Amino acid sequence: MSSATALSWFARHELRLAWREWFAMMTGGRRKRTRAAIIGLVCFAALLHLPAWAVIGRFAELQLPLDKSSLIVISATIFLAWTLMLSQAIESVTRVFYARADLDLIMSSPATLANLFSVRIAAIALTVTMMALLFSTPFIDVLVIGGGARWLTAFGVVVALGLSGAAIAIAVTILLFRLIGPARTRLIAQILAAIIGAGFVIALQVAAIMSYGTLSRFTILTSGTLAAYAPDVDSIWWWPARAVMGDNGALLLLLALALVLLGSVMAVFSHRFADTAIDAAAYGTSGTRRAKQRPFRTGSRQQALRRKEFSLLWRDPWLISQTLMQLLYLVPPALLLWRNFADSSAALTLITPVIVMAAGQLAGGLAWLTISGEDAPDLVATAPLTPSNLIRAKIEVVLIAVAVIFCPLVAALAFASPYQAAISAGAVIVSAASATAIQLWFRVQARRSQFRRRQTSSRLATIAEAFSSIGWAATAALLLALPVAGLISGLITASLVAVTWKFSPRRE
Amino acid sequence: MVGSDAKPDGMAVMKPDSSALEVLGLTKRFDRLAVDSLDLTVHAGEFYALVGPNGAGKTTTLRMVAGLLRPDAGSVSIFGIDALQDPVAAKQVMAWVSDEPMIYDKLTPLEYLEFVAGLWGIAPSVSEPVAQDLLSSLGLAPHRHERCEGFSKGMRQKVALAGALVHDPRLIILDEPLTGLDAVSARHVKGLLGERVRAGCTVIMTTHILEVAERMADRIGVIASGHLVAEGTLTELRQQNGDADTSLEDLFIALVTLPEAA
Repeated sequence: MSSATALSWFARHELRLAWREWFAMMTGGRRKRTRAAIIGLVCFAALLHLPAWAVIGRFAELQLPLDKSSLIVISATIFLAWTLMLSQAIESVTRVFYARADLDLIMSSPATLANLFSVRIAAIALTVTMMALLFSTPFIDVLVIGGGARWLTAFGVVVALGLSGAAIAIAVTILLFRLIGPARTRLIAQILAAIIGAGFVIALQVAAIMSYGTLSRFTILTSGTLAAYAPDVDSIWWWPARAVMGDNGALLLLLALALVLLGSVMAVFSHRFADTAIDAAAYGTSGTRRAKQRPFRTGSRQQALRRKEFSLLWRDPWLISQTLMQLLYLVPPALLLWRNFADSSAALTLITPVIVMAAGQLAGGLAWLTISGEDAPDLVATAPLTPSNLIRAKIEVVLIAVAVIFCPLVAALAFASPYQAAISAGAVIVSAASATAIQLWFRVQARRSQFRRRQTSSRLATIAEAFSSIGWAATAALLLALPVAGLISGLITASLVAVTWKFSPRRE
Repeated sequence: MVGSDAKPDGMAVMKPDSSALEVLGLTKRFDRLAVDSLDLTVHAGEFYALVGPNGAGKTTTLRMVAGLLRPDAGSVSIFGIDALQDPVAAKQVMAWVSDEPMIYDKLTPLEYLEFVAGLWGIAPSVSEPVAQDLLSSLGLAPHRHERCEGFSKGMRQKVALAGALVHDPRLIILDEPLTGLDAVSARHVKGLLGERVRAGCTVIMTTHILEVAERMADRIGVIASGHLVAEGTLTELRQQNGDADTSLEDLFIALVTLPEAA
């Protein structure tokens, strides 16, 4: 087999693996669900056109040349999309490094490793780009339908963003390996991915709050101050925005830059990719992380269970990165609270739904980890505890963790507005309890490491959990602004949770 | 009745009257009948080996005894406690070790043992020295403060076994505990189980390694297609087969192929 044939064969192998992994994630690993997954995906893509129309439909008529403010808004949106792709790419690259899977086979084969890992880098870039295309297609469709075929160049921009994001992600992750070693890279990379994904939006919100006292990030983007400092309209910095709007020359340059960047990363890092992967695999088997020596602690059986759950949650890199992201999203409302401490402005009301939504989301994730993600199910099932005591201890862990994170915010809110604090506290409790209950009704036996795929085990539970958090957040906001509407929203959300219970496998 | 069998290490095994486990009419059906009206009695202080071909119903039987599966019919009594009516009391005196060691990657062996002891309500003053001794005797003392995520399968199996022993159970049920263990680790585990039996503990173990059953077990039960097709000491099994010199392997093959042929 020639070198080129071997490479194309390996590329096909990589793409097949990527496709099957993605497909298994969509179908929950059940082949019988294939048709349902395809129908669901088509429906989801079709439905996504509605919010896409609502968000950017009105911009379809925009034409070049644009003023600075419009260029700033479009460029910021493109940059936001790029940071999200970068975040996704860092997560993918870290996963590839730490998943041992076929590493032994590849390393022991007589093929040129640098070539094989170049293909693997390209496959990562392609996967990230495909995911970005999947999510951006409804938005671009809306622009094409409303503004004409010139918007089709936006697809090219998405490809350029995906390729460059993947290239940067690979370089960053390998550099992290070199700088801090494999033991810390996994955690730091996940935290980095979370910060990058949320950081740009939060930074804009923080700037808007500090300058204008509002949570809206568009306030800062459309401000005259920013336009005054921005480069001229014919600057290189506006290429992505111009490329999106149909400037073919700018698009070609962007694509060329992205390909050069990816090619350079492949040339420089494909040799180190192998070393890095070996280091990661060796880290997985060496297990040198040590815990402090301390005497055994006293307490009830439930306390032992709670202590174990807290230890595992605390030592879970994924959870730490996700919690950090939740906390990051809470920074703008906390800042708004601090800035408007003395008055009870309408802006302050915005804090409540953000807190309630975050509490529901966090509780759902924690509940899955503690209730379904039990790594020693036989041990716990053969322990002399009744199932109800067991579940109660696990639920307590979720609620205590949520309380520790959200109590300070609600307490601070109580100084500014006791009524709003009371509504927020109640909604946080109900939102967290609803998300936990949904996870309890739809619990499955799984390993904690399968958390990424938790959504695939039950689509109904995933959707219900999301709608429950959104519903309770809306209820809390409406109770503050329009109590009657809040009551109606609360009833609708409670009904939704009840319907979820009706369809749950644990109803009996 | 109290009897004795000569063991390879010269130890005489006592068989008291009381039964540690009494199973009557145990039945479980999945797609097919996995366990079919099984009756089984294991005496207190006995080392009992349950052998059988793949899919014979060994693991299903023991999972029902351990409270991990609800039987469709039948009863399970552990030291006189009805395990189906009062599972908590039955679990208090019992330990279960599965073939796939299920431990927490992010805990150290010592933290794992602290957790298990806490679940069984053992006072730290009692459980901590026991845990340290167990880790030493299993060769895990140098790793007791390392997280289990980097452990080999053998080390993980030893941690799981230590977890089963830390609360000093009267009945230990092990499903293929020697799978994946190297010779040294396997000897450690066998030695530890032998010590427990000598101390009065009852051990029930499934195994594919007939040599282990032959060397360690006081009595051997042969299960096939959900039925107990033969049971007794090795001598009794040989007598049943009518050939005093036959090996357990030959006996096993003769016994398990009979139901299939029928």
